Amino acid sequence: MYRSQTLALKYFSAAITLFGVMTITGLISAYYYLNPDFLLGILPFNIAKILHINTLVMWLLMGFMGSIYWFLPAELGRETAGIWAAEILFYVFCAAVAVVAVVFIFIQYGGSNEAALWFINQGRKYVEAPRWAALGIVVIMVVFAYNVIGTAIAARKTTGIITVLMIDLIPLILLYLIAFPAISNMSADLFWWWWLVHLWVEATWEVLIGCIMALALMQLLGTSRRIVETWLYIEVALVLGTGILGLGHHYFWIGTPNYWLTIGGFFSALEPLPLLGMVVHAVYDAGAQHMKTTNRPAFYWMMAEAFGNFIGAGVWGFMITLPQINLYAHGTQWTVSHGHFAFWGAYSCGVISVLYLVLQKTRNLAFVDGPLWKWSFAALNLGLVGMTGALLVSGFVQAFVERAIGGSTLNAFISGQENAWFVDGMVARFLLALVFTAGYVVLVWDVLTLGRRAPAVAAVAPAQ
Amino acid sequence: MVVDDPAFWRAGAISTIAVMSVVLIMLTIDSLAAISPGGSHVPPYTVINQHIDYKFDSNRGFDVPVISGAEPLFGKSLDEATAAALIDRGKMVIQSRACIDCHTFFGNGAYYAPDLTKAWLDPDWEGWQAVTGTDTREAAMVKFLMDPEQYRTWTRAMPNLGVSEEEAQSLVAYLKWMAAVDTNGFPPNFNQIEKRQ
Ligand code: HEC
Ligand code: HEM
Ligand code: HEM
Ligand SMILES: [Fe+2]
Repeated sequence: MYRSQTLALKYFSAAITLFGVMTITGLISAYYYLNPDFLLGILPFNIAKILHINTLVMWLLMGFMGSIYWFLPAELGRETAGIWAAEILFYVFCAAVAVVAVVFIFIQYGGSNEAALWFINQGRKYVEAPRWAALGIVVIMVVFAYNVIGTAIAARKTTGIITVLMIDLIPLILLYLIAFPAISNMSADLFWWWWLVHLWVEATWEVLIGCIMALALMQLLGTSRRIVETWLYIEVALVLGTGILGLGHHYFWIGTPNYWLTIGGFFSALEPLPLLGMVVHAVYDAGAQHMKTTNRPAFYWMMAEAFGNFIGAGVWGFMITLPQINLYAHGTQWTVSHGHFAFWGAYSCGVISVLYLVLQKTRNLAFVDGPLWKWSFAALNLGLVGMTGALLVSGFVQAFVERAIGGSTLNAFISGQENAWFVDGMVARFLLALVFTAGYVVLVWDVLTLGRRAPAVAAVAPAQ
Repeated sequence: MVVDDPAFWRAGAISTIAVMSVVLIMLTIDSLAAISPGGSHVPPYTVINQHIDYKFDSNRGFDVPVISGAEPLFGKSLDEATAAALIDRGKMVIQSRACIDCHTFFGNGAYYAPDLTKAWLDPDWEGWQAVTGTDTREAAMVKFLMDPEQYRTWTRAMPNLGVSEEEAQSLVAYLKWMAAVDTNGFPPNFNQIEKRQ
């Protein structure tokens, strides 16, 4: 095994650990809606939620990096360039995440000065981590980009997928620099912040996971490189062709000119198209291979990624993307419903799929199957899609009661939050989150014991 | 066939990205001008010296901020530099306490607490004035922000965030300025103080 692949395994372990922290802090945040005095004064809602969404971003980034460190040497036929630096930075990364988490939990806030932003909390959604840690992330990502580009140079070769990946990493890293400034003017602050958030999840990350899924597809189903690369280019053209100006769907109400209502509405409404294309691609390839695979969990999680990306990001996003609807849906639990479904479908499922591919190789398994992954697959997906449904109910109520009728005052907000349907939605979300959590536990169990429970694996193997 | 050829799609991807990026950059330049303080959509920071209202505009078909007459904050009219310093301070308080991870600003943030876009105009401040024993809206806001747990109105309380009096004043200035930003009618039908009278 290449050293790069050993590092990949470490990244996956860290990612799955942070996935657990994300789940627990999500449960705490959700429980606040049922019992608002819960931990008040110890770990307030905002801190729990900061931990939830920051660990989300971190575990997905680690999952992506793990995937690339895994595929890269095989794809280019040599050890990853500068792997020693990446190996050291892995521990730096983990230590930094731990320190930031401890500071969030125990210190929480600083005063209104630059030092607080450097060392405690930047208070900008998704990128709350203090600046010193953000700087560390920049260094880690630059070295990661160097690993990829340097390997291609050293190998004197590249492939279509790796070229797309190398080019994609440049804007991805540059956009992260938006995590640093503290612009006083909220309109300008949010304007740039959306470049980071939207152009990450709906542009550069979408391309990155496209590259990862392309590599995975070749390994999993043996799809030909020509087909995979053609699809990748089509996807890049359509995702960026709609997604770059689709950014405008966040510029309806933040003080920006009204031409964004037309531009943002139009282009973002087209964003689901490439996501639908990917479903067609995945289903077509699966059909072409008669769904024959030696790794059923990887296969199912990949299908979940294709469908989840289309439904969660495409369909759920489309629901709220036209300005006429967004005026009411904006900033409600409806947004949360979409956010969960989209992140889960587009990114988490993809990372889990690659994880199973990796395990098949490292544990030397001819076939990967068994009962455990099915239970975790079912519980995680039912839990998450169920949560999404519950949030949609609460979101409808909030859009209607608070935004449309009440006019978004404190009183209107309270009547929305106290509406019986809203409350039921919040209770249901919490219960379904427990199902999700059970799925996570089984996932970890399966991942830890896969291949070490030899009889279970052998028993199903002959079916292939 | 050309559609089977990866090179065809690669060229397509490169040209689409180029065109879209150029358009985005042009629109960004235009938008940044409109949203700079004193631009067409965002008022200068000295707007905190004036009276702010949010009224239906029949030409545009939605509510827009209406700025009129003098109404200095805390009774003091501020020059440009002092107003800007106050707003800078307010933003630092907002970031250091991570208000946006409970509240939304222009509808962006977290959904655990009310949207603050037009909080300056919220009719509830009348009630808080009575509860805090203050005679102006801004004074009531300062009291509330310094000790929100004591003045909680319902089961979900805002925690005490160690906000000093000076910090609270800068927050009030920030909220007043924000209420004067033209948000294309968000939030719709906001039931502000003036409308009730
Ligand atoms: C832990 C969550 C949380 C944090 C952090 C938080 N708030 Fe609040 N805030 C609330 C809740 C809950 C309410 C409703 C309180 C009530 O009705 O008693 C509220 C109410 C308010 C109100 C009254 C809104 C209105 O329209 O009448 C303002 C203004 C406000 N907060 C400003 C801020 C500012 C400024 C910050 C940051 C310095 C902040 N909040 C941080 C939870 C939070
Ligand atoms: C993988 C792709 C996507 C992910 C991960 C994603 C995730 C998210 C998240 C987390 C938010 C909330 C942001 C916040 O305020 O913090 C959001 C908002 C939004 N998304 Fe997506 N999204 C994706 C794709 C899409 C697509 C394709 C569309 C449109 C068709 C879309 C439409 C929207 C809209 C309109 C909002 C704003 C909601 C509001 O006004 O409150 N999204 N998205
Ligand atoms: C145990 C399961 C989970 C629970 C209970 C949970 C709960 C929550 C809660 C309460 C919030 C705050 C929303 C608000 O401001 O009101 C939140 C935000 C968020 N969560 Fe989760 N979550 C869970 C799992 C996940 C997963 C698996 C993902 C992604 C894959 C995710 C992604 C997000 C995102 C992107 C946001 C910000 C959304 C927004 O503000 O619009 N969560 N979550
Ligand atoms: Fe977006």
